[in-house]
Amino acid sequence: MNEGARISATIGVKALTKRFGAISALDNLDLEIEREELFGLLGPNGAGKTTLISILSTIVPPTSGSAEVCGYDVRRQSHEVRKRIGIVFQDPSLDDELTGDENLDFHGRLYGLDAATRRSRMEEVLNLVDLQERRRDLVRTYSGGMRRRLEIARGLMHRPEALFLDEPTLGLDPQTRRKIWQYIRSLKESFGMTVILTTHYMDEADQLCSRIAIIDRGRIVALDTPEALKASLGGDLLELETGGHSPEFLNHLADMEEIAHLAETDGTVILTVGNGESFIPRCFEVAQRFSVQISSVSLRKPNLEDVFIQLTGREIREEGTAGPQERVRIFMQTRRR
Amino acid sequence: MNFAATVYTLWLREILRFKRNWSRLIGSMALPLIFLVILGSGYGSVFRYRSDVSYMQFIGPGIIAMSLLFSSMLGGLTVMWDRQFGFLKEILVAPVSRVAIMAGKTVGTVTTSMIRGLVFLAAMLAAGLLHGSVPGVALALLFMFLISASFVSVGIAVATVMRDPHGFQLIMNFLIMPVFFLSGALFPVEQLPEWLMFLTHVNPLTYGVDGMRFALGVPSHFSPLWDLLLLVKFWVVSTLVGAFLFKRMPA
Ligand SMILES: Nc1ncnc2c1ncn2[C@@H]1O[C@H](COP(=O)(O)OP(=O)(O)OP(=O)(O)O)[C@@H](O)[C@H]1O
Ligand SMILES: [Mg+2]
Repeated sequence: MNEGARISATIGVKALTKRFGAISALDNLDLEIEREELFGLLGPNGAGKTTLISILSTIVPPTSGSAEVCGYDVRRQSHEVRKRIGIVFQDPSLDDELTGDENLDFHGRLYGLDAATRRSRMEEVLNLVDLQERRRDLVRTYSGGMRRRLEIARGLMHRPEALFLDEPTLGLDPQTRRKIWQYIRSLKESFGMTVILTTHYMDEADQLCSRIAIIDRGRIVALDTPEALKASLGGDLLELETGGHSPEFLNHLADMEEIAHLAETDGTVILTVGNGESFIPRCFEVAQRFSVQISSVSLRKPNLEDVFIQLTGREIREEGTAGPQERVRIFMQTRRR
Repeated sequence: MNFAATVYTLWLREILRFKRNWSRLIGSMALPLIFLVILGSGYGSVFRYRSDVSYMQFIGPGIIAMSLLFSSMLGGLTVMWDRQFGFLKEILVAPVSRVAIMAGKTVGTVTTSMIRGLVFLAAMLAAGLLHGSVPGVALALLFMFLISASFVSVGIAVATVMRDPHGFQLIMNFLIMPVFFLSGALFPVEQLPEWLMFLTHVNPLTYGVDGMRFALGVPSHFSPLWDLLLLVKFWVVSTLVGAFLFKRMPA
């Protein structure tokens, strides 16, 4: 499948722009993804992740700029690109009047697999996603998670050189997610597949991806390994539970040399500091000076979510969390050194 | 991947879905059957077009054409449903040509539509309503194919322009029904008021119905060669237009 090792990057994007009317979904974006990378795209809703994947998979034409996948231009050589990619769409794309088997068989035929290969690949991917028992049932009778698993199985069936996964594990239970991660890793290793995935699960990106790009409003705002992204926050995270909002206290903290970043949400203050352990006592001193009660303190290493929130300035909007009353109020100030 | 394999793959899907949907199959055959039996019996006594042909015989070929028209257009419009359910993306992102996809969709829908038409044809022949020699039936099959293939392309063309399947009622009211009623399926195309004459003469289905009448022993109006020629023209044009629109359609 991959004879003739390609030296160049699997994906090369230059000055890519996509506009939908007045909306700039992608804004002059540059990106290179190497072969056999497991590359993560993170970003808030509407950031442009799906748009980027749609352009790379030749479904949507770019407004301007260029994109190459596996050495072929997505606009001029779309057929060559299509032969080499697999995709799991963010939105459902199964025929629910066919069985699981028939959906996979249809896919295998469209990608030119012969009957024997189709049969063995179907076995393999159905085992992976644990759908052996339901393979002969109509997709209409599947649960949401089962449908998702079938779509992942289908995307893997023709063993593409580059695999796009748009929120592949949305709605899956933790065991299945872990199993899928494992399989994605092993596919990458055994077949030299390049994987590009989007996700809103930070742990997934952290565990799985060799590099991560954080996209916001159609631009890349950070691109690095998960470790480097976390280290870029510049220290530990200190979380203080205070009774209420005290602007004087916050302003004083914000002026302190040791604090790289500060955010407050309904009385919870989160500080990024170089050395958390030694900073805690000073924190109490300052609080006392402004008569602020600290009821609890916690110190932890930053995770990707912290990076995400700091860079995109808002929390990931997950279904049904932020009601109007508990709207998150963020007081934020970043010290630039 | 080669063209024929893609066509076969898409054909296979249509057949699988067809086999599974008896209720839809019967539902789609109910309306033509109601027209045949109720109109055929009800108007029988006032129909004085020719003494050698009953009204039920007269509308028999038109009812087959009706079944073909409805099922072919519906088949083309399943493209809209495929888009709605996201399955169209799965097809369009595959490394196969759009033209092969369109051809496969067409061949599949023509097959399922012809099966329905054949059921009507066989039933009418068995009931002695229509009389077909072997060459007559062969000619009728040719007309049936042309009607079906043309209107599948029309359906696909409509689906590329009108993207929302909920607008289907619109197509039913403003396209399918008028085409059927203005085809002379239910009345002779002679001695009509001028405007109605004009509309029936520009309607391609008129020539399909007329050709089938000739092939199945019912008095016809135009020459069968003329019918065939016009219908082939319509088939070629609708296929080209359908393929052109389908190729340009955004995913
Ligand atoms: N077909 C379209 N027509 C108009 N606007 C569109 C279309 N597709 C996307 N957009 C707009 O482009 C922007 C980026 O959308 P996109 O789907 O790429 O976001 P995303 O990062 O995938 O978000 P999510 O995490 O919610 O899936 C959004 O503002 C969206 O409204
Ligand atoms: Mg998306």
